[in-house]
Amino acid sequence: MSDLTLRNIFIIPTVVFLILFNIFPLVYSLGFSFTDFAANQTRPWSFVGLQNYRELLTDDQIWTNFIITAKYVIVSVAGQMLVGFGLAMLLNRTFAFKGLVTTLLMLPMMMSAAVVGLFWQLLYSPSWGPINYVVGLGDFGLLSNADTALYAVAITDIWMWSPFVMLLSLAGLSAVPKHLYEAAAIDRASGWYTFTRITLPLVSPLLLIALIFRTMEAFKTFDLAYVLSVQPTTELISIKLYRLAFQQWDTGRSCALAYIVLIMVLAITNIYVKYLNKVKER
Amino acid sequence: MAMVRPASHAALNRTAIAAVLILTVVFLSPIYWIISTSVKARSIATSVPPTVIFTPEITPYIKLFTKRVQLQTDVDPALYAKASWWEKLVFDGGERILKVGDKAQLSPYPNRFQNSLIIAITSTVLAVGLGTLTAYGFSRFKIAGEADLLFFILSTRMLPPIVVAIPMFLMYRAVGLTDTHIGLIIMYVAFNLSFSVWLMKGFMDEIPKEYEEAALVDGYTRMQAFFKIVLPEAVTGIAATAVFCFITAWNEYAFALMLTSRNAQTAPPFIPAQVGSGLVDWTTIAAGSTLFLVPVAIFTFLLRNHLLRGVTFGAIRK
Repeated sequence: MSDLTLRNIFIIPTVVFLILFNIFPLVYSLGFSFTDFAANQTRPWSFVGLQNYRELLTDDQIWTNFIITAKYVIVSVAGQMLVGFGLAMLLNRTFAFKGLVTTLLMLPMMMSAAVVGLFWQLLYSPSWGPINYVVGLGDFGLLSNADTALYAVAITDIWMWSPFVMLLSLAGLSAVPKHLYEAAAIDRASGWYTFTRITLPLVSPLLLIALIFRTMEAFKTFDLAYVLSVQPTTELISIKLYRLAFQQWDTGRSCALAYIVLIMVLAITNIYVKYLNKVKER
Repeated sequence: MAMVRPASHAALNRTAIAAVLILTVVFLSPIYWIISTSVKARSIATSVPPTVIFTPEITPYIKLFTKRVQLQTDVDPALYAKASWWEKLVFDGGERILKVGDKAQLSPYPNRFQNSLIIAITSTVLAVGLGTLTAYGFSRFKIAGEADLLFFILSTRMLPPIVVAIPMFLMYRAVGLTDTHIGLIIMYVAFNLSFSVWLMKGFMDEIPKEYEEAALVDGYTRMQAFFKIVLPEAVTGIAATAVFCFITAWNEYAFALMLTSRNAQTAPPFIPAQVGSGLVDWTTIAAGSTLFLVPVAIFTFLLRNHLLRGVTFGAIRK
């Protein structure tokens, strides 16, 4: 068997599988995005051209969903970057049980968002939740208040994903050559100077990867917010999409919205891959 | 730095370590709360102020696994005397376990747990199998437009699940795959395959080409060299990739919510659905969640050295 045949045997099944179950469905839904098709009805559907897109892009509600999503992404990603990097700075030294502590801190991000969301509902409960008790919020319902619900979801997301930023930061910190710190110490450089001139620049490529990665994931968030909160102020774009497709059964329009979201995700992915290649070249 | 200011540096170090330990406790407290709630009596689970120290009970787990009926009146003493210890626990809670003949009726949870196992394991085997072959292909052979092809493979993973789920739902309905194990397995293979290729490519790149070349000189075919030389070398990588794919499929919620309803429903959409109506029994929900977390906790511990690679699609190495 020639190398060429072997290569094809190894690669083609995967490519075919992905085309069949990822690309083909997307093409299929692109078609539906130009129709008024409704999956729960048998009535004939008709071609409506760009009407779905036009209506979606001029719909204030959709823009509200995008604004909620943007707010959520900014708050939760900023929180994760701060907490994650802070934890990594603290962990970046040798001490007993370091391996165990690091592993334990990784647990939240390995858990199912649905279970996490469900459980934080109990933790946030105004009547018997431990969070209100410890923080002293009395019977103020963080999740039932429209103004705070989004932040409550973001806090849970920060809890879940700070370990991710921490992991990447730790990898970056451990790669900083020790002799740079020794040189700085000999020059009697201040801690702040050492941090801003040595630590931060050398860790920043990995921090950027963490930032892009988490931005992309936060933008896609569905499960956590969907399980945790029912407030209209926490209706992220993917939740709106789910409701449009599987509760209102407005299939044609939901396909169009899916395409709008898809284009945004591909744009972010492109940025991600660009930075990834930059880091790899280093 | 130790040379310059030894005393203050050591003190700073101690403070940092203390801070880390305190933060770890804070971080882990939600997980402690899940686990501890799963062994609480129902009245303690929702007590005010929240109870941290209590006598553990096994009742929530018995309730998790059995179908029960609420008792309208006091329990018949004769019935109570005949019951086994685990039935008595539920009797005391004002409920009785449903039985057909002598067999206690199971709640839907064991079935959902089993669905999770079947779907996660099968999809993992397929995704890792295909991914390993493809990764080897990418790692060893020249491929036109390799970077673009790899980006295409990665991009399939970046899509929000809902975007793919809408057309998949329509397709599945047309061919009768909604609410089947196979339907969800296909979905998870498609979702994990890109990740498996990227992660395995990293591991394959690290195996020296010379190993196979030596085998080829010895008269092995490419195929034999792959199976007898490369695969054994890649076994750690394959195991790590498999565990990551398993955890992803195990934890997945959105596809499971949209593409299954009963027959093939996994635990993640099932557990939250139990909150639905009436008085929420958090202890039973906690028991279900705790059992569901066990494989994840074990695997996280086993994977600790591969975590960085796994969460970044293998693109970054430690």
